[in-house]
Amino acid sequence: MPRLVSHPDEVKIVTKRFGQGAANIDRYIELGGYESAKKCLEQGADWIINEMKTSNLRGRGGAGFPTGMKWSFVPKQSQKPKYVLVNGDESEPGTCKDHLIFLHDPHSVIEGTIIAGLAIGSKLGFIYLRGEYRYLLEIMEKAVADAYAKGFLGKNIFGSDTEFQIITQSGAGAYEVGEESALMESLEGKRGVPRIKPPFPAVVGLYGGPTVINNAETIATVPHVIAMGGEAYAAVGSPRNGGTRLFGVSGHVERPGVYELPMGYNLKKIIFDVAGGVRGGRKLKAVVPGGSSTPVLLPEEIETLGMDFDQVGKAGSMLGSGGVVVIDDQTCIVEFALRTISFYQHESCGWCIPCREGTDWLKKSLTRFHAGFGSAKDIDNIQYLAENMLGRTFCPLGDAAAMPTLGFVKKFRKEFEDHLNGKPCPFAKHVELSVV
Amino acid sequence: MSVETMSIFSPQLAARLDALVAKYPVRRSALVPMLLYAQDEVGYLSDAVITEVASRIGITELDVRNVATYYSMLRFKPAGRFNVQVCTNISCMLRGGYDIFDRFQDELGIGHKGVTPDALFSLEEVECIGACCWAPAIQVNYDFHDDLTPDRVPAILDQYRAQAKSEGKADHA
Amino acid sequence: MADVTITVDGKKLTAPAGALLIDVCRKAGIEIPAFCYYPGLSLQAACRMCVVRQEKVPKLQTACTTQVAEGQVFITDSPEITQARKATIELLLGNHPLDCPVCDAGGECELQDMTFKYGAGESRMVDVKRHRDEQQWSPAVYYDRPRCILCYRCIRMCGEGMDVWALGVQNRGASAVIAPNGGDRLDCEQCGMCIDVCPVGALTSGSYRYKTRPWEMNHVATVCTHCADGCKVTLGVRQSPEGAEIIRADNRDKSGINGDFLCAKGRFGFDFVQNPQRVSRPLVRNAQGVLEPVSWERALRTAAMKLTEVRDTRGGSAIGVIGSNSTTNEENYLLQKFARSVLRTNNIDHERTADYAAFAHALAGHAGRAASLRDIASAPAILLVGGDPTKEHPLLAWELRTNVRINRARLYVANTTPIKLERQAKAVLRLPADGYPLLAAYLGGQSTSIRDISFRDALLAEESLVVIFGPEFRGAQLDALVKWGIERPHIRYACIGAYANSRGAADMGLLPHLLPGYVSVSQPGAFSSEYPGMPTAPGKPLQEMLASVSSGDLGALLVVGANPAANQINPAELRKTFLIVQDIFLTETAAMADVVLPAASLYEKTGTVTSTYGDVQLARKAADIPRSKPDFEIIVRLAGAMGVDVKTLVPFGGSAVTADLGQSRGAQAGEADRHAVWLAARSLEPKLSPFDPFATMDEIERLIPAYKLDRLNLFGGNDSPTEPGFVPLSQLIAPDGVTPAHDGLFTSGTLGRYSTSLVDLLRHQSPSMAETAAD
Ligand SMILES: Cc1cc2nc3c(=O)[nH]c(=O)nc-3n(C[C@H](O)[C@H](O)[C@H](O)COP(=O)(O)O)c2cc1C
Ligand code: SF4
Ligand code: SF4
Ligand code: SF4
Ligand code: SF4
Ligand code: FES
Ligand code: FES
Repeated sequence: MPRLVSHPDEVKIVTKRFGQGAANIDRYIELGGYESAKKCLEQGADWIINEMKTSNLRGRGGAGFPTGMKWSFVPKQSQKPKYVLVNGDESEPGTCKDHLIFLHDPHSVIEGTIIAGLAIGSKLGFIYLRGEYRYLLEIMEKAVADAYAKGFLGKNIFGSDTEFQIITQSGAGAYEVGEESALMESLEGKRGVPRIKPPFPAVVGLYGGPTVINNAETIATVPHVIAMGGEAYAAVGSPRNGGTRLFGVSGHVERPGVYELPMGYNLKKIIFDVAGGVRGGRKLKAVVPGGSSTPVLLPEEIETLGMDFDQVGKAGSMLGSGGVVVIDDQTCIVEFALRTISFYQHESCGWCIPCREGTDWLKKSLTRFHAGFGSAKDIDNIQYLAENMLGRTFCPLGDAAAMPTLGFVKKFRKEFEDHLNGKPCPFAKHVELSVV
Repeated sequence: MSVETMSIFSPQLAARLDALVAKYPVRRSALVPMLLYAQDEVGYLSDAVITEVASRIGITELDVRNVATYYSMLRFKPAGRFNVQVCTNISCMLRGGYDIFDRFQDELGIGHKGVTPDALFSLEEVECIGACCWAPAIQVNYDFHDDLTPDRVPAILDQYRAQAKSEGKADHA
Repeated sequence: MADVTITVDGKKLTAPAGALLIDVCRKAGIEIPAFCYYPGLSLQAACRMCVVRQEKVPKLQTACTTQVAEGQVFITDSPEITQARKATIELLLGNHPLDCPVCDAGGECELQDMTFKYGAGESRMVDVKRHRDEQQWSPAVYYDRPRCILCYRCIRMCGEGMDVWALGVQNRGASAVIAPNGGDRLDCEQCGMCIDVCPVGALTSGSYRYKTRPWEMNHVATVCTHCADGCKVTLGVRQSPEGAEIIRADNRDKSGINGDFLCAKGRFGFDFVQNPQRVSRPLVRNAQGVLEPVSWERALRTAAMKLTEVRDTRGGSAIGVIGSNSTTNEENYLLQKFARSVLRTNNIDHERTADYAAFAHALAGHAGRAASLRDIASAPAILLVGGDPTKEHPLLAWELRTNVRINRARLYVANTTPIKLERQAKAVLRLPADGYPLLAAYLGGQSTSIRDISFRDALLAEESLVVIFGPEFRGAQLDALVKWGIERPHIRYACIGAYANSRGAADMGLLPHLLPGYVSVSQPGAFSSEYPGMPTAPGKPLQEMLASVSSGDLGALLVVGANPAANQINPAELRKTFLIVQDIFLTETAAMADVVLPAASLYEKTGTVTSTYGDVQLARKAADIPRSKPDFEIIVRLAGAMGVDVKTLVPFGGSAVTADLGQSRGAQAGEADRHAVWLAARSLEPKLSPFDPFATMDEIERLIPAYKLDRLNLFGGNDSPTEPGFVPLSQLIAPDGVTPAHDGLFTSGTLGRYSTSLVDLLRHQSPSMAETAAD
């Protein structure tokens, strides 16, 4: 069972019911659950969207798109049914926050989905979990069944004449399916290859109908935003970055875990205060701030860095999924880069040339390079390849592979050079990868 | 052809799959979970599984294969009864994921995608399984084991050996 | 849609709103490279070669998915874009084997061309390339993954274009592969369209692979010799020790009505030309009753003597002539003229597979009511009754599918049995087994046992309609169906029969009761002076001729490119007459002959053929097989041997004459000289040859009002429509001597049996398709 952690600086909004048995629907209700949904049912779509816009809640899936705005893009009138899609594919290395939400507070996801449905005028929501999360899917399925039994889902939710249904869905192992249009393909029983955009999902999404897709954490946050009021929620965070965020701190820290901190909280403090500092008293070498696809940051870059979408963006990286991966000074960056790229090589859907061939080539080069068979030209080539993938691929996975690679080569060129001239890796034992 | 009467699946699974296709606005949406559930029972996606899934959904076998080969949890060869999946992705790697993987290799005497001769275990190095904050982590079938050290590996294997024994007994009882 | 103005590289371009930028650019002569984009197929945005810069948009955009809107500004050529394209090529080449020197596509590979134009001079890649063994999926299709660039054209062509959906993509990332539907084998129509659209050498054809380099071939545009749909085909021809050999067939230049389409027969079924069983020498049955090789002179003399003798002793009516479904119009015309004016017989017929005579009769006097294939391809609504185009008329099926898919045409199908094209149909009327005779009455609003009224209502609501009917419709039934539509405006008709020139055979008068242009033999009009001495009583149809053979009443039978012994008469019976056969193979019929004259196939001669839709096209000589002669020349020589002044037969010389295109000369040593000697011996100018079919073409145009051919168009390789509506209103409807052929995707009458490729494909596809194809 994943360990729960806590720290005084935490502001527990989304995590407030964690560890309190809220997977049980009666317990969830006892803790104030489903009140937000009822309120939304009374207040109506425009009010909900307005609250959401005021809250400055931005998507927790990675891109940080303002949630209220996203919902407002869905056309009011539509020939085809509209859908709500909850993205629980959580596969970005370094990220395990949705895991805890499904485990400890499944009803918040259901309640958030209902509210999203009310906001856009949808009657059907899907909650898609990655295939590996089977035990969490079972928890979600139970929660959904309980919500049906209580009449919170169904033809007449909460005794109203409004209909809302939820279907849970399992993936079967594919990071790319986390991309919104690929997820729709997967949910339609197809290969997880993204779709051509435009049209965007808000207009043409699942089964061709207008669709809102949100990350599970985003959705789980929604009932709290409604309960607190958009304004109060916004006040917790930093400008244009409302509320809190679940930061999953992993890697070389003393107390890894998922911490809920206000947006804009300083990254250095996250590592050194909240997570107890670098493990074994070692030195911090680098930190990946928001999941494996975000460019690495150096210790000097995080001194005053506030963890919100805008500040991390300005620092040349991204807030991403909030997965903070901490790397100590005994770590080989080349090996880390190799492990990162081999993930993207494995997960590239293969649809477009730059990503399919670029990740494969990078993995081959880095494997050879790390094994001590590199040449000086390779370093330039690696940078050249990554630069030429960037912005050229069909979906952001190509960028997700290129950006961290560029970060590693640019910021740790010296360490790459140390691998040259037949010198073996100064740190690592692991030079082979079996994942292909 | 009536799928029900021809099914290669257990009555329970067949019933579950019947319910599954009826659940969605579009039948085909059942495809990915159906493949996974079928694999859970049969062990892998045999030709017979592909054929039956295709007819249940009402698409071609080619379509099923196109989709099935996309997803990394789906396999086309039998795995062990307990499939050990060791995450070596970044968060786990930093905390010794490869040591865990090595220990499993040593204990089981097999490598990546290997199956033990008694077909009890198979081993796989996998990508991030969403347990990064509790790294290093593994999954045995769908069970998570986290905060691991190599020393805990033998006990984990023993746990499944024992489970196999008791289930084996239960089967015979 | 309304036009919008956009700016591309500083140029103002106008295009309909929503048009794809790539098309707009290409039309304006601005080149946009593309691998995955293929006009007419769905969009992929996968290869990223077509990237352009759009003003005010942060990322490069793909021109293949960008729809133009007012005021947009694009740059398609800049250092940034050049670099993007160069990098994409570099990345592709990272795993590409670069085995160009042995690759079939070498020299005509889009990856090579793009590398040349946009690629990098040197390779950065030093790591090992991924390898996978080449796979053979069927006798026709091979796949080589390392060469594959995953543009998905093949998948879309097979699925969207062919509606076969036999190809898919499996695995993901760099391990992705194209996979066939049968696991390791391909179960499909074997059309080879996937090979054709493959931009590289990843898909190769069993018949062509490793045979040659593209630049060693000459390319000859001609017409497919199999079904009646008239695909234009480009034959890749290479010099061989014996003449010229066909090694490939495609239509990559998209000339002709079929665009790039060819079915398995057109694409692979040319190899009959090289079949070792071809008759290579004239044969005459000797005293021992055995066929023995003789000189052309001897063979022609033997045939001529017998024909002359029978005609002069027993009269022309004791001679029968059976013509061909796959000889040229000029040959057919000449054959019947020879029969009528030299042999003095109307006993002339061919193996009829559709009732074109009844069709012509029904349309007589109504111009503009016959539908050419182009009409069908663009018709907003089509009614298909009878037949199964997917199997029997692959090009028609392609045009119908494409019209439905791209133009949203409405297809209505009325059939007694289910056919595949119903997948494209807006409405289907399932007729009872005996339903075809009721159809005209049903359409006319009478109450019949056909109950589905909505189908009729939907049809009648169509403003314009093309009705295509299968060979089930003949005689009075055909007449009634056409009459129904003739009374309404905007209804056109097409009649579908089998074989490359069966329509031409009928149009040219290979019929016992009708002259060229469907003029009755009893009222020959101008023909009586054209064919002095022709008989005016209708002759015997094919069945009756064969009956007379069996009863020993026929003195001589001349069979040109037909094989009645295959299914119409017991071969042994043929020994009861003096049989002269012109053919390319020693068929069941030829084997019984007294004289066998080795003929050139349609791929070895020049002339025109008429598709079942009345579209006339030029067939050009591509291959050259020693010691065979075009039927045209054989007939002229036979007439010459009978002492006829060939000038009366072929109006060569004078103003109408064009030139001898050399097609009457073979390639073997000395043939040209002998040709000159033959001409000289008859004091004929070599360039004004009686073997020039174009001299006869002039006569055809003069005598058949329907054949007003646009020569410029025709010689430019285009189809020229003809109109049976121009025929004089003859009184006769043909006696029903029609036997539908029902050839499938891999069969083509007698000819198909001599194509090893088609035989192999038939075997590969059996039993799933072979039974339907063979029956
Ligand atoms: C390659 C790739 C993988 C992604 N994986 C996930 C994921 O696992 N979970 C998720 O919520 N969003 C993921 N996203 C982001 C989604 O596409 C989408 O932006 C998000 O679900 C929107 O929700 P939000 O607005 O609530 O963030 C991924 C995006 C890409 C490009
Ligand atoms: S960038 Fe291209 S190949 Fe990579 S995952 Fe996206 S679509 Fe697939
Ligand atoms: S040969 Fe034709 S039918 Fe067969 S796979 Fe290729 S395109 Fe499809
Ligand atoms: S086989 Fe050819 S057409 Fe098909 S995806 Fe590969 S390169 Fe493209
Ligand atoms: S057989 Fe018919 S459809 Fe096929 S290529 Fe020849 S003319 Fe075209
Ligand atoms: S990196 Fe191992 S679980 Fe995420
Ligand atoms: S042609 Fe536009 S992406 Fe391939």
